[in-house]
Amino acid sequence: MKHLTYPFSPEAVRELKVGDMVLISGKLFTGRDAVHKYLHEGNKPPVDLKNQIIYHCGPVTMKDKKTGKWTVTAAGPTTSIREEPYQWEVIRDHGIVGVIGKGGMGQRTLDACKEYGCVYFHAIGGAAQVLAEKIKSVDGLYLEEFGLPEAIWELTIEDFPVVVTMDSHGNSLHQEVENSSKEALKNLI
Amino acid sequence: MTKEIPAKKAVKKVATKKVISRPAKKATAKKTTTVKKSVPKKINTKTQTIESILELIRRTSTEVPDDVAKTLMKARSQEAQNTTASYAMGIIKDNIDLAKFKSQPLCQDTGTVIFFVYHPPGFFQNNFKELIKKAVVKATEKGYLRQNSVHSLTGANAGTNLGEGHPSIHFYEHNKKDVEIKLVLKGGGCENVSTQYSLPDTALGAGRDLAGVRKVVIDAVYKAQGKGCGPGALGVCIGGDRADSAYNAKKQLLRKLDDKNSIPDLAKLEEDIVKTCNELGIGPMGFGGKTTLLSCKMTHANRVPASFFVSISYMCWAFRRQGVVLDAKKNTIKNWLY
Repeated sequence: MKHLTYPFSPEAVRELKVGDMVLISGKLFTGRDAVHKYLHEGNKPPVDLKNQIIYHCGPVTMKDKKTGKWTVTAAGPTTSIREEPYQWEVIRDHGIVGVIGKGGMGQRTLDACKEYGCVYFHAIGGAAQVLAEKIKSVDGLYLEEFGLPEAIWELTIEDFPVVVTMDSHGNSLHQEVENSSKEALKNLI
Repeated sequence: MTKEIPAKKAVKKVATKKVISRPAKKATAKKTTTVKKSVPKKINTKTQTIESILELIRRTSTEVPDDVAKTLMKARSQEAQNTTASYAMGIIKDNIDLAKFKSQPLCQDTGTVIFFVYHPPGFFQNNFKELIKKAVVKATEKGYLRQNSVHSLTGANAGTNLGEGHPSIHFYEHNKKDVEIKLVLKGGGCENVSTQYSLPDTALGAGRDLAGVRKVVIDAVYKAQGKGCGPGALGVCIGGDRADSAYNAKKQLLRKLDDKNSIPDLAKLEEDIVKTCNELGIGPMGFGGKTTLLSCKMTHANRVPASFFVSISYMCWAFRRQGVVLDAKKNTIKNWLY
């Protein structure tokens, strides 16, 4: 088990390889379809994303009626491939060093990871409770107008469990598994 | 953690016992003696119905049914130790335990909310629809459901889970006096890898027969890779028009994973597909591994001679399905179906 701790950097994520199981501690920003489209359209992000990690996640959040404080009660990853048209650009233009999601991403993202120093971390899809437990505080809410699941949530995390499935050296576990299962498929049908 | 039973469940068990013991008591004692508990004399059945539906939503969102849990735990034991596959299955197990313990959603994508209501003749469907909607709004307020329903033209999220076509409610008349409600919460990840084929499929060499059906179903699992939050479970419909075919495939998700198809050819095919898909090596989350598919449930519907659709509904490991029987008089939950 490896550890990645805030502040993050391209150098630190370059150390990681496909297959590494990693516990991340520090900070995350959620961002999914609406946020990626927004950035793609040339809008400035409401927070500086340089050396940050984006989490493809639309959490279940509850607001305490008295204190106005937010808590995250369920927070698993959403399918990442939908951000494939935009992700490489967000890596290039905003300097993010990590993407957490599920299902993996494509060649353009893999290339950007290699060029700019970024890693794709796979969280366990559907494990919303285990992952929400690792969120220690909600520190910010941006672009609320997109709806709560689509907004940017700034979160403090501790020992957030992920697996590196695309590293910054051009390797993708998703590509490997797809290739090997394709071979298997030929013999099975 | 698994042994800590939430208070609500304990109450449920008592309720079930009473129902079971009732017929026996009737034979020996007067009816009035059985209604001993401290239920208010006049029950607001509308409020009670909403409460019962709310409890159905809570339990569906926070617990996988026993048949699914059993299948998942068996799959977990089969993955080699110290692999990313076994790591994923370990987190899945922890998540099932934690969600139940905390009574919070298994997955943050609480999905399309799909109700199947089975009712006696002379039932007021529209009235019942309103009660379901009220329960859905309440469940959203309580965080059992995410604010998950978005207007397809404006992108607006009302934050209530109500809107055009949502929740999805299907009514069926049956010859029992009780109302049964089944609920499936189907997340977007697995819905997005669900698909429909039109046979013949030249690229796959799939003809208009069961061998062709087998090919396209396995191809769908291959194409899904890890994107549907596998290990997954399939509902399949052979035939029907495009719409009914897709719907009937989804309805197969109401079957328990350990049941057996009554049509021998389909029973055989279901088994074959599970076994074959687990040889693809896609594994949990697409990390590579032994378990790619937990189950395959198939049905058929007549088609016109010109069409031959095969529809595949892919369900993620966080297979959220539950059902209740409502007491005909009180609308309390009489028993659980899964």
